[in-house]
Amino acid sequence: MNQLNLDHATASAVFNKNEPRVDWHDETLWFVRAKRDRAAALIPEWEDLREAASQIKNHVLSNMHDLLVQFEENARKNGIHVHWAANADEHNDIVLGIIQKTGANRMVKSKSMLTEECHMNNFLTSHGIEVIDSDLGERIVQMRKEPPSHIVLPAIHLTRADVGETFHEHLGTEKGATDPQYLTEAARQHLRDTFLTRKVALTGVNFAIAETGGFVVCTNEGNADMGAHLADVHIAAMGFEKIIPRAEHLGVFLRLLARSATGQPITAFSSHFHKPRPGQEMHLIIVDNGRSRQLGRTEFRNSLKCIRCAACMNTCPVYRRSGGHSYHSAVAGPIGSILAPNLDMKLNADLPFASTLCGSCSNVCPVKIDIHDQLYKWRQVLMREGYGTTGKGAAMKAMATVLESPRLYRMAGKIGRGVLRFSPAVAENRFNPWFNQREMPAPPSESFRDWYVKNKKS
Amino acid sequence: MTSREQILANVKANQPALHPLPEQFRFTSVFPDIVQQFMDILAFVGGKAERVSDYEAIKKHIQEYYPGMTNVATTIPELASLADTTLAVTDPHDLASLNLAIIEGQLAVAENGAIWLDERQLPQRVTPMITQYLAIVIRESTLVPNMHDAYQRITVNTTGFGTFLSGPSKTADIEQSLVIGAHGARSLIVYMLP
Ligand code: SF4
Repeated sequence: MNQLNLDHATASAVFNKNEPRVDWHDETLWFVRAKRDRAAALIPEWEDLREAASQIKNHVLSNMHDLLVQFEENARKNGIHVHWAANADEHNDIVLGIIQKTGANRMVKSKSMLTEECHMNNFLTSHGIEVIDSDLGERIVQMRKEPPSHIVLPAIHLTRADVGETFHEHLGTEKGATDPQYLTEAARQHLRDTFLTRKVALTGVNFAIAETGGFVVCTNEGNADMGAHLADVHIAAMGFEKIIPRAEHLGVFLRLLARSATGQPITAFSSHFHKPRPGQEMHLIIVDNGRSRQLGRTEFRNSLKCIRCAACMNTCPVYRRSGGHSYHSAVAGPIGSILAPNLDMKLNADLPFASTLCGSCSNVCPVKIDIHDQLYKWRQVLMREGYGTTGKGAAMKAMATVLESPRLYRMAGKIGRGVLRFSPAVAENRFNPWFNQREMPAPPSESFRDWYVKNKKS
Repeated sequence: MTSREQILANVKANQPALHPLPEQFRFTSVFPDIVQQFMDILAFVGGKAERVSDYEAIKKHIQEYYPGMTNVATTIPELASLADTTLAVTDPHDLASLNLAIIEGQLAVAENGAIWLDERQLPQRVTPMITQYLAIVIRESTLVPNMHDAYQRITVNTTGFGTFLSGPSKTADIEQSLVIGAHGARSLIVYMLP
């Protein structure tokens, strides 16, 4: 079953058919969120750190042109070949060109959401290049011919039994094996052989330092390093927003990134690449693919501050209960729902609506992106541009009228509570996607306002 | 127009008015006992710390901890007697059978257990990942409280590569259960010399 061709609400409905599994998914991600909270609480200056990160990124957005030029110049001096790709196709062509020049027909790759965004694996495969993803989670979903469902935990939608099945089929592990230690060991052996035999390795980039012309790649598994340090040719691909001015700014970002992502104090490896090792070739591809357009959208440019920690996904009540695949986009969850409409407004018009606008995402975001506000603003843009569904259009218009008038709002509340109490079927119907897989709560007998007026001591 | 020119022109046209860098982006961390803090965090990230008085103590510990281990290499002259192979290879693939690498760390960070290594400690960049087991020797005097302090002390581009290594390699990609020893070393011992 392919959830990727469905809109978010429909795909979520598919995901929600298996209730125990949804509960498990929800709890697993909440567990990660709780670890983030514990890590953040250990840093007294946490909020100041977030503010600093946000300000540094605001500076980066406003000084992007000069920083990119500076970075390129310094990277070239370091002996790195710098390429520029205006869009996904150009990125993919550059990668293919580099691989073909080496005469290789296979490559090992560490996690890079950018290459997912560019659909690079499919492209390379169609040109006869075998690509092996080396991050364990990514390797698992690659074997299953699925995209990652989460940017930090690509296989978070799968149980150990699922992984056991997949490895039994592809790696010949024992049937029915579910021990993560055993399964990880099998993957380690398989991928070690891959690392030792590939001449070309591709990695993502977490941060690129303008001042020094180097870049930083963070992993826990050590897979980016294993690939890059053993290959003759290292290709690194980055969206241009990964740039930061100076190395000392990494102090801020590396303190925030892993704590926000998984609650670890830092990833096991934070590797700083400045020059190819003797005899090695190093390429860096700077990709736009809609980013300069987003930079020009006053309301949405802040989304380019993202450091891809996934905290907004782990905390999101909609993501946790609908799964990453329901977002049909390389980056899922709240931030993905802001980035995707910039790439294709029509195709991704449903995503900004896949949110309760509760604001939890904005509260955890380490670079203080106003995520839920941007989701709200996208809804307005999409409706204005005519990308809303008819049902949503009428409902939103009614909602806007009601919200604009305090009197109508109070009346609507009264009617609503009455309707829910006496005729819940009005809300619990299949035309209301918010009701699917949910029971409506018992409506309160009085509104907060009524209660407040009654209880207020004047 | 090349893509480079096009991208840069679009960026220039679309970027907002200059926003200054913040003045406050370095913070101080205070730990009652910085050595203890480092040791606790290292344990939390799956590593193990041993306070030792001298190189002889390290030798003794390694011999007891990894009895009969072969394919051992070190860059530390004082520990040369433990080694039966070398890290000074020109092709990194030659390290594929390495069991234990014993290297020096340049600086260690108390808040997260990270140790900075660059090519002065790593004759081959892949050493701390390709080895099955890893031991790093640090001086307690190189401990700094946090990452801001670390970046004040190091220069990231003195050599072509450097890494902050915190604990052994790990993954939680199978149902969020932690497994130590993903693609890099399966264990990390840090020896702390005064
Ligand atoms: S938007 Fe913020 S919370 Fe979400 S992934 Fe990006 S940096 Fe993390």
